Amino acid sequence: MAAPKRGRSASAQSKPGRALALILIAIVALTGGMFLSGHTTPRLGIDLAGGTSITLEAKADQGSAINKANMDTAVEIMNRRVNGLGVSEAEVQTQGDRNIIVNIPKGTNSKEARDQVGTTAKLYFRPVLAQEATGSAAATSPSPSASGSSTASPSPSASKSGSTGEKATSSSSPSASATSQGRAVTDALKADSTPSASASASSSASPSAPATGGTDTSSAQAKLQAQYTALDCSKKAQRTTAGEGAKPADTTLGCGEISGVWYKYLLGPAAVDGTEVKKAQAVFDTQTAAGWQVTMTFNGKGSKKFADITGQLAKNTQPQNEFGIVLDGEVVSSPYVSSSITGGSAQISGSFTQDEAQNLANMLSYGALPLSFQEQSVTTVTAALGGDQLHAGLLAGAIGLLLVVIYLVAYYRGLSLVAMASLLVSGILTYVLMALLGPAIGFALNLPAVCGAIVAIGITADSFIVYFERIRDEIREGRSLRPAVERAWPRARRTILVSDFVSFLAAAVLFTVTVGKVQGFAFTLGLTTVLDVVVVFFFTKPLMTLLARRKFFASGSKWSGLDPKSLGAKPPLRRTRRSGPVETKEA
Amino acid sequence: MSKLGNLGARLHRGEISYDFIGHRKLWYGISILITITAILGLAVRGLNMGIDFQGGAVFTTEKTSISVSQAEDYAKEASGHDAVVQKLGNGTLRIQIAGMDTKQSDQIKTDLAKDFKVDPESIAADLVGPSWGDQIANKAWQGLAIFMVLVVIYLAIAFEWRMAIAALVALIHDITITVGIYALVGFEVTPGTVIGLLTILGYSLYDTVVVFDSLKEQTKDITKQNRWTYSDIANRSINGTLVRSINTTVVALLPVAGLLFIGGGFLGAGTLNDISLSLFVGLAAGAYSSIFIATPLVADLKEREPAMKALRKRVLAKRAQASVEEEMADARPVSDEPDDDAAHAVVGPRTQPASRGRGRGRPSGKRR
Repeated sequence: MAAPKRGRSASAQSKPGRALALILIAIVALTGGMFLSGHTTPRLGIDLAGGTSITLEAKADQGSAINKANMDTAVEIMNRRVNGLGVSEAEVQTQGDRNIIVNIPKGTNSKEARDQVGTTAKLYFRPVLAQEATGSAAATSPSPSASGSSTASPSPSASKSGSTGEKATSSSSPSASATSQGRAVTDALKADSTPSASASASSSASPSAPATGGTDTSSAQAKLQAQYTALDCSKKAQRTTAGEGAKPADTTLGCGEISGVWYKYLLGPAAVDGTEVKKAQAVFDTQTAAGWQVTMTFNGKGSKKFADITGQLAKNTQPQNEFGIVLDGEVVSSPYVSSSITGGSAQISGSFTQDEAQNLANMLSYGALPLSFQEQSVTTVTAALGGDQLHAGLLAGAIGLLLVVIYLVAYYRGLSLVAMASLLVSGILTYVLMALLGPAIGFALNLPAVCGAIVAIGITADSFIVYFERIRDEIREGRSLRPAVERAWPRARRTILVSDFVSFLAAAVLFTVTVGKVQGFAFTLGLTTVLDVVVVFFFTKPLMTLLARRKFFASGSKWSGLDPKSLGAKPPLRRTRRSGPVETKEA
Repeated sequence: MSKLGNLGARLHRGEISYDFIGHRKLWYGISILITITAILGLAVRGLNMGIDFQGGAVFTTEKTSISVSQAEDYAKEASGHDAVVQKLGNGTLRIQIAGMDTKQSDQIKTDLAKDFKVDPESIAADLVGPSWGDQIANKAWQGLAIFMVLVVIYLAIAFEWRMAIAALVALIHDITITVGIYALVGFEVTPGTVIGLLTILGYSLYDTVVVFDSLKEQTKDITKQNRWTYSDIANRSINGTLVRSINTTVVALLPVAGLLFIGGGFLGAGTLNDISLSLFVGLAAGAYSSIFIATPLVADLKEREPAMKALRKRVLAKRAQASVEEEMADARPVSDEPDDDAAHAVVGPRTQPASRGRGRGRPSGKRR
């Protein structure tokens, strides 16, 4: 290509250099960001990387509505369960309005994961043997009243005095220095002789207490005690493993968050099973201004057990008058008891917000999950198959791209350089964004997404075709290249925008409405459509403007793809004032 | 290839053109015939719904030397159901067992692994509950409906309601044909197929929209002249964008062909194959319908408008007159146009034989 002969009249061309510089800066910045973030490859989906993907569908058969709040709770709980298996990268997310997708990377026991995910009832009431704040936050904040203030009281009468009067007592409990509490438990465990009579009282009376209390080997207790001492609930990794695999009859550990502070618990054997809760609901107490409360009713067996346990707990002192509501190993609430609660119904009061009360009620009602779920599909992909699919997808993309490039070169000659450069820019942007979106929004490249990207080659290339054909039409009119490029643009631009909008609309509708694999496909399609517009506006058009100044293109060289002769242009019979001088110069 | 460029030039100048609008009855007939065939095929043969729509499992083994019939026996023994086994291009076996519960499948997988003497972990499994496919299909229909409503609204705003209707008809036409071909040929319908089908939505309209865009531009000031009827201009729009339509379709089909080749040849089956197959069929139908169905339909609808009827009357009258006066009249009308842009947009002299006289007759000095 010849050196540019004229730099003048650049201002008339809407500063192509600036747009080009802009998009180059954007590319460099994004690529830099990609390398800085350390995620240089897109996150691969289960079908490409191997692993198990489980799709669950919520069933509306428990009288609980399938709404966003319930789905979110379910996701949170499942997440806790799956990650409790020791998988760090399992992900649980809602899809559509009633589906949950659980993706478990390879190398995990998928069978166990499947068992864990869908089960509903994993809720236990366990007496609290010891409680202690952990993490740095504990030292500074002597926990606010919300913490210990949850009170279980016999419904309905005792709630009045209970919630307000005893708040003072309870608020002191977590703030009482961590060490003293810890010691109390140590004693309780070490010997049954007990400095704290209450502890022994509770343990001896609770159903399976003897097993844990004295007769069992003290080594197990010592071990548990050591674990308890070492446990730091402010660390996520420790939280998920605490109390892992504990049977209902075991004494176990647990963590619970109260107002942003993580507490660790030593918990006795399960006294009441979550399934024995007949019903729980959040109610707003208008009479006593106690705010939101959770009322629960037990079934026959549950009532008796609950009466027993509360009777024992009531005799104890903080924190051993509390029972922990343990959900999948996490203590979701630890109300204390002031008297035996008989009659099969109780209410938990405290300074709940409506959401908190609702959540707790959900957990109590439905065990763990607010909804019941049915397995819709389980896909297990071995690493080998995943690799094959990835390989095939990339190969298909390469072949498709190659065919398109061959076609473009054959048809558009020199212009195809512009098309290829634009495709390249588009490709780089797509790749970088995919890599960045992985950690950012959890985007994972799956096979349909790869398909979407390949199909998008066509859509992207089409924008160039629309533009090029317009330019050629203008040249056929007898215009020289520079005015042709400018005149063709507004029209091509409109066509591109309208058709890309339709394409984007399709992708957006698909993305919001559909589930499963379709979504990944729709996402890539939408992304590439947006990028197509960006590339055409900020790259292809400015590049054309710049190239139109080059002799190779402007003079309509045979290989430029813009040869007026081979395009069958009429020789310009009369020169317009605008294009006149340009052409004379070229001649 | 440069022949196509040449063709483009000649189409552009209107030296050659095909009267799409004039022959529309023929193409409508063909389309109706195809559509009826498709619907009949759908009604009689029905769709071959894949595992995903009836519930069941698909196991994919690693590369193995076990024969297909042997594997079928093993699978039948393990599951108690008939199994369909395919040997894939890369030497792996794909075993489909319909009609079983997701809960049973673990046991079957273990049994199969034992029979094949491989590690259960090396068998990929795709277990699908019976209602999963329905859910996907329902969602797809829902998406389709929402998309159609939105697109009709959008096109009605961006263009006009007649074009929106025509685009919708073309869209339904494409989908019917694609589904019909699936029924007739007996291709298996999977979620991948549904994805492909839904993508056709965007594509089919994409093509149509480009033709409409050119049509809208060229008919901007149609009532200000009396040389061309709406149909004439519609026809010219199709011919003018024909090269682009061909290019677009080719460029869209090439990557899909790549997918189909790899999906079918290399992997043998699976998502790649399913998506690309329905895309391939749908794209072809889409390119056809935007040219032969959508635009003629717009012309048909448009010609019913009083203004267009009046125009047609004027044009016909003028042509009758022109046939008397011959070429004289031919060259002149352009200079009647006061607005250069309008002349450009409406008359589009470049695409008509008359335009040859344009350089002389037209006051191009007026331009800006």
